[in-house]
Amino acid sequence: MAKVSLRSVRKSYGATKVIHGVDCEIADGEFLVVVGPSGCGKSTLLRMVAGLESITEGEIAIGERVVNALEPAERDIAMVFQNYALYPHMSVFDNMAYGLKIRRLSKDEIRRRVEEAAGILELGALLDRKPRQLSGGQRQRVAMGRAIVREPSVFLFDEPLSNLDAKLRVQMRVEIKRLQERLGITSLYVTHDQVEAMTLGHRLLVLSEGVVEQLGAPIELYEKPATRFVAGFIGSPSMNFLETKLTDDGRHVVLPGGDTLALDGAAAAANGTSPGRPVTLGIRPEHLEIVEESRASAHLTVELVEQLGADSLIHGRLGDESGPAMTVRLQGIHAPGSGESLPLLAMPAHIHLFDPESGVRV
Amino acid sequence: MVESRRWLIWLTHGILLLGVAVVAFPIYVTFVASTHSLQDVVQSPMPVLPGGELVANYLQALAEGLGEGAGTQSIGAGRMMLNSLVMALGIAFGKIAISIIAAFAIVYFRFPFRMAAFWLIFFTLMLPVEVRILPTYQVVADLGMLDSYAGLTIPLIASATATFMFRQVFLAVPDELTEAARIDGAGPLRFFWDVLLPLSRTNIAALFVILFIYGWNQYLWPLLITTDQSLLTIVIGINRMLEVGDDQAEWQIVMATTMLAMIPPILVVVAMQKLFVKGLVETEK
Repeated sequence: MAKVSLRSVRKSYGATKVIHGVDCEIADGEFLVVVGPSGCGKSTLLRMVAGLESITEGEIAIGERVVNALEPAERDIAMVFQNYALYPHMSVFDNMAYGLKIRRLSKDEIRRRVEEAAGILELGALLDRKPRQLSGGQRQRVAMGRAIVREPSVFLFDEPLSNLDAKLRVQMRVEIKRLQERLGITSLYVTHDQVEAMTLGHRLLVLSEGVVEQLGAPIELYEKPATRFVAGFIGSPSMNFLETKLTDDGRHVVLPGGDTLALDGAAAAANGTSPGRPVTLGIRPEHLEIVEESRASAHLTVELVEQLGADSLIHGRLGDESGPAMTVRLQGIHAPGSGESLPLLAMPAHIHLFDPESGVRV
Repeated sequence: MVESRRWLIWLTHGILLLGVAVVAFPIYVTFVASTHSLQDVVQSPMPVLPGGELVANYLQALAEGLGEGAGTQSIGAGRMMLNSLVMALGIAFGKIAISIIAAFAIVYFRFPFRMAAFWLIFFTLMLPVEVRILPTYQVVADLGMLDSYAGLTIPLIASATATFMFRQVFLAVPDELTEAARIDGAGPLRFFWDVLLPLSRTNIAALFVILFIYGWNQYLWPLLITTDQSLLTIVIGINRMLEVGDDQAEWQIVMATTMLAMIPPILVVVAMQKLFVKGLVETEK
């Protein structure tokens, strides 16, 4: 059990900077998910905590101990890899026991720990098998078991679910969550999948090109994305964006075709000082409604409908066919025809405004 | 391609049988010749069926070879096979040991001139024993290793091919495995011993078969390096038996020795076959 502190952690390979200073405190027992698109440096960050990559600048502490100069084995961590990295020639038991054998634990203690972990993960019947005789989900469990038996102060997960099929992924996601809550071990989890991130993490750290975009609870990120990047990354289907500007009174935004859209009180008040400035308007597909003509703030020209059963996703363009692309998510089954024009209402409380240049929320 | 016409089946089997016959017939003749007395062997035509001298011929071949009569004092095939065995095993084990360690260093450690070392090893691929035979002979002679097992084996141990092969094997081992071992606390030697060596098991077996036969069949090098009769390898020994000048070569003994010379490589192949094939085709790491 320990907290993990990252203090202005930077990483560069030669002149190429990969991580531009990450500051973050992970509380004891917290589940922090680092999420971002591929190539954003999230795996590098995790590997720096693990000790597999050197730290160019800054400090990483596990508990009270600065670990910059320690070997991975001395950091009291356990890591689950994307491809599981099981030793192919060892049985499930030996895979889990290997690290303990090296630490010269007694045979009884090793057996006790492995059997306990196998019990938690329902691997009891598989202890004599070789990894190649296991299914993907079972291998995944063995990899987790190998981490558990070490009884580390920190778990590190490097996209552990991305090699599984969709159904198994959901199942393992729940298992990981349950396991982490049961063991209460501080965890750092890297993924590019925002659904995984939202469901697993106590807090999320959104990383883009080596810069922390936002750090906060999942719902906070969903409701108040700090930047346009976070707004577009969190939520599926992703947020609709519209390049536009404020009206002169600062209480409305201009829509294509000349209509204006009223902002709710808070947003309007925040923007009262800069009337007429250009802004990026963001609204999630689920915060758009089809209403009767009289209440409509704009119109959507339908291009394509995706039926998901519980929801329908309507892709279309705002205004006529040349307008900006927009997706609407409606509950239940809707099947408007292509080319149809639907009256649309944006819920004012859910409109986000971003600075078009910096992408920062205004 | 699946063809089920009847005459095609006959044709393909016919060709296969012909191929087998071409390979097997000389061996059969050798065997037949090794079971007759000299008079029977040299008469024309030679008998086609095995004769009754099998035990006597093989015992003589194993124990005393051609005996004192052949001019030089002679040693039996037993001793020659032992010499060949020492040489073949020495070369096979030596090469595997040296090259797996070299490959380990090149793949897993960052040391100055690492790539230079690799390319130097790689370039020696282009230099077979025959090309460097005179300088190598000189070195061995200066070191006083002529007429010794060390002289027979050590100069043939360095192997670019095997180093290269192990390098490829190690490169195919996922990085995550190395990292998992690091997190588990395994040092480099521990990792080599516990992970890399078991993972290369089939490759080692395949290489062993190839190298054993390579060592067993060495001709030029032992010919140069040994003058002592007691160090004759069996390949050289067979050749010596035929250098009888105007005398009649004792074909039945020569043939028996030849048959004996074929046995160890066959045993090695048969014993290792399963691993050998696995080592050549296996891709899963």
